[in-house]
Amino acid sequence: MNEGRKEILQIIFILTGLVFLVKLFSIQVLDNKYAELADSNAILREVEYPFRGLIYDRNNKLVVYNTPEFDINVIRKDIKDFDSAKFCEVFQLSRTELRKKFQEMRARKEYSPYKPTLFIDRLSNAEFARVQDHLDEFPGLYVQARTTRSYTTTALANALGYVSEVSKGQLERDKTKIYKQGDYIGQSGIESFYEEQLRGKRGVKFKLRNVRGIEKGSFKDGDYDTLSVPGKDLISSIDIDLQQYGELLMKGKSGSIVAIEPGSGEILSLVSGPSYDPNLLTGRNYSSNFVLISNDTLKPLFTRPLMAQYRPGSIFKIAQAMTALQEGVIKPDTRIRCDRSIIGCHGNHSNEDLRGAIENSCNPYFHGVLRRMLNKGISDDPYEDTRIGLEEWNKHIRSFGFGSNLGVDLPNEKGGLIPNVAYYDRAYNNRPWKFSNIYSIAIGEGENLVVPIQMANFAAIVANRGFYYKPHLIKSIGEEGPLPQYKEKQFTTIDPAYFDIAVDAMERVVESGTGQYRAKLQDIIVCGKTGTVQNDPLPDHSVFIAFAPKDNPKIAVSVYVEDAGQGARAAASIASLMIEKYLIGQTKRPHIEQYVLNGQFLY
Amino acid sequence: MRKGVDIYGKLDWPTIFIYMALVILGWFNIYAAVYDETVSQSMWDLSLNSGRQLIFIAASIVIIMGIIIIDMRFYEAFAYVAFGIILFLLILVPIVGKEVGGNKAWLGIGSFGVQPSEFAKFITALAVAKMIGTVGFRMDNLRNQLMLFGLIGLPMVLILLQKDTGTALVFTSFIFVFFREGMSPFLMVVGICAAFIFILTLLIPNQLYLHGAIIIALALLIIFGKKKIKRISVLVVGAVIVMGVIESVDYVITDVLKPHQQNRVKALINPDADPLGYGWNVTQSKIAIGSGGFFGKGFLKGTQTKFDFVPEQSTDFIFCTIGEEWGWMGSFVVVALFMALLLRVIFIAERQKSRFARAYGYSVVSIFFFHFAINIGMTIGLFPVIGIPLPFFSYGGSALWGFTVLLFILIKLDAHRGQVLQRL
Repeated sequence: MNEGRKEILQIIFILTGLVFLVKLFSIQVLDNKYAELADSNAILREVEYPFRGLIYDRNNKLVVYNTPEFDINVIRKDIKDFDSAKFCEVFQLSRTELRKKFQEMRARKEYSPYKPTLFIDRLSNAEFARVQDHLDEFPGLYVQARTTRSYTTTALANALGYVSEVSKGQLERDKTKIYKQGDYIGQSGIESFYEEQLRGKRGVKFKLRNVRGIEKGSFKDGDYDTLSVPGKDLISSIDIDLQQYGELLMKGKSGSIVAIEPGSGEILSLVSGPSYDPNLLTGRNYSSNFVLISNDTLKPLFTRPLMAQYRPGSIFKIAQAMTALQEGVIKPDTRIRCDRSIIGCHGNHSNEDLRGAIENSCNPYFHGVLRRMLNKGISDDPYEDTRIGLEEWNKHIRSFGFGSNLGVDLPNEKGGLIPNVAYYDRAYNNRPWKFSNIYSIAIGEGENLVVPIQMANFAAIVANRGFYYKPHLIKSIGEEGPLPQYKEKQFTTIDPAYFDIAVDAMERVVESGTGQYRAKLQDIIVCGKTGTVQNDPLPDHSVFIAFAPKDNPKIAVSVYVEDAGQGARAAASIASLMIEKYLIGQTKRPHIEQYVLNGQFLY
Repeated sequence: MRKGVDIYGKLDWPTIFIYMALVILGWFNIYAAVYDETVSQSMWDLSLNSGRQLIFIAASIVIIMGIIIIDMRFYEAFAYVAFGIILFLLILVPIVGKEVGGNKAWLGIGSFGVQPSEFAKFITALAVAKMIGTVGFRMDNLRNQLMLFGLIGLPMVLILLQKDTGTALVFTSFIFVFFREGMSPFLMVVGICAAFIFILTLLIPNQLYLHGAIIIALALLIIFGKKKIKRISVLVVGAVIVMGVIESVDYVITDVLKPHQQNRVKALINPDADPLGYGWNVTQSKIAIGSGGFFGKGFLKGTQTKFDFVPEQSTDFIFCTIGEEWGWMGSFVVVALFMALLLRVIFIAERQKSRFARAYGYSVVSIFFFHFAINIGMTIGLFPVIGIPLPFFSYGGSALWGFTVLLFILIKLDAHRGQVLQRL
């Protein structure tokens, strides 16, 4: 009756054993999922954020540094007995804010209850100190320390740029795959241009941890760990004191000041007015502040020295003079009658030579100079003749760094415009044009567009008597010196001998010409040129370029003040104050300083 | 003295070797499960589970010697008395017992606690064997059947009162004994079918599919079988009953099972539904075992068990340590050792001359099988989580001693199997 029952039981037992072995084989050997899950369970990948490189000014004064900031991450599965009332009290959140934080956390794409997810971001040092002691009361909270940018002054915001979380678009464009969501990246200015040097290298530590997230030593004795490498420090060419002074002078004005050391191309100051406090674009309030600043109608984020394209005005006459001398169409003693019937002029003069024409900024003189350049009589056809002359002219003018990007070490630099044949053909829609159509470029008006840094560079070229180094803001990356392109001398197409004439003329502008009232300094020979750029219906723009001292110049400046009237007033005052500040340390002309600070230039 | 030498030679050494292998492997694994690299305690450290387990193992040797020395007739003779005593203790537990881990299953003697339920297993086995071995006991007799079910039912109910569902369920394993001793297979088949349908119902979300399958099967059976009224009506009634069972599953799940038990069943079906909540144990246990690979991570190299990802890692989930540190090879060895033990015990049971000894042998194998199947089955996600130990591996004195006594009474009875004939 009980035959075979033993066998039935044996079969049940053996089958059970076999089923177990097959199942074990499938989860242990065939399926890798579990091994991966085990790793993600027990191996904590801890990112060590590198210190971003610091930025110093040319006198080794610290300008940009890092301060710690703390992200609070949450591993949801580690949260136990969460006391939300206590949490709200410690973190100074309302109930609704807390609920919103949780919702935001869960909404994140990378959210997983097993992994640390960002919960509260960018606590400042002070805020963190307040919550630090309470952190162990909330299991599941983990602190990720990193650094944010801090600034020793409120100056230089536009040139420095800012750092913020890498955007979605940037992540998609990033072919190197260096950046991860939540990483910081330089978004503009030096921070963006030198991102590669500043960012350093992230380190990763693999740590074992138990189910409560408590560390249990390093994984495989740290064989897979990498150390973080701090970013390189940058030595800026900026003189931060001069920069601050420049920003003080530009307060309440729109425009820019650029100062360059002619012998090296190092930018001494780069003032953009109006600007903003760089500290606003760091830390937790970055987003709200950014909206405020970028919506400001005065466009404080717009870096005018590099991006604002203006007509240069009369300062352009120096370049015209150099070009004409090089082309041999005039001599220094060439006199041209101040015939005000074609083009207006000012001041009391009638038949100047070149130096006198520059000193008095004589418009008809330069109208005549350009006519000689563009209509040299190479062709009998006046139209064709102008075309040939214009191309020659364009080549010389461009060699001063006008008309294309200078290659400054900042993003978003604009090149301006120096018209050529193709440009006018386009502008006149292939209808014929000749000198009489385009003569206003003679005095820096018309189609010419120049950015302020090109004007300062031009002043440096004259100061150097014919060459320049590309202007740059970083004189040394760590100890390595500047980027290689900033060590190459750039030459103009003009014979250096002609520049002494320009220097003499510019000296006379300040000594006895248009600049004599506000640009002249007691002990230093300043060479300058005023410009007053038409800006109908608004007041003219006030422009001044200068360098000093005359021999062995140490500083070249361009100042552009929008809607401020004659170049001899606002711009000349500011430029001379900058020179004084840089060369002497302080102004001996408090009344000029006061005049600039008052800002009443139109009368 | 002669008698001592005699019995030494008659002991079933293969079983004893398997036992020793299991116990020693178990001890190593308990050390591995609680090993903390940063503390570096030795295996012998008495503050560790492994150190204490060594004491329990030493005590087991004393117990084994006691079992061997005691006259074999004692076990049959005092089976009912022992059963009475254990019932009394089981009644006592809920009243004076101390609570450990949510279950009130412990009786304290000073600082030392024992679980009467662990000992109830072998005592009930003895009582069941004695009843079956009674002259004139017939398995097909309804009254006898009821008496048997009463015998296993009593301790079951008392243990259920301690809320120790797992241990209580162990007593259902006596069904195998009844089957072997001649009870109609109907009960076992119905039981297995019911469990099968129950799980199928849970696995298939839409019960209409099941009902459809049953109706199709019914139709096929009617069409292709003999078309007798009686056969057809039996089939129809059977189908209706099965469909009723299916419909009752929801009711059972939601109303009969306690929430934590419901979750354990749900976790079995879909552990990924809530891997952090009720699916945690099964998920983590599978991760630990699954991460072992073919050769394992090596002794003391496991991360999942050591870092507390797996709960109860030195007791109910001890198999995770084996799976993680020794891989499939280690799992194979352990499963093979258990298979060897089970088959060897069947072999021993079958060679018994008395019905008492044979029935006891089958009780032993049934209890071991149940523990083995349920415990490993739950760690690899084949059974719901039922908290019962893996014999000889799980940490704990009461369990080890209970299983040791269970096995060695059989070895003792087996050693004297020749004497039974002499007595007759």
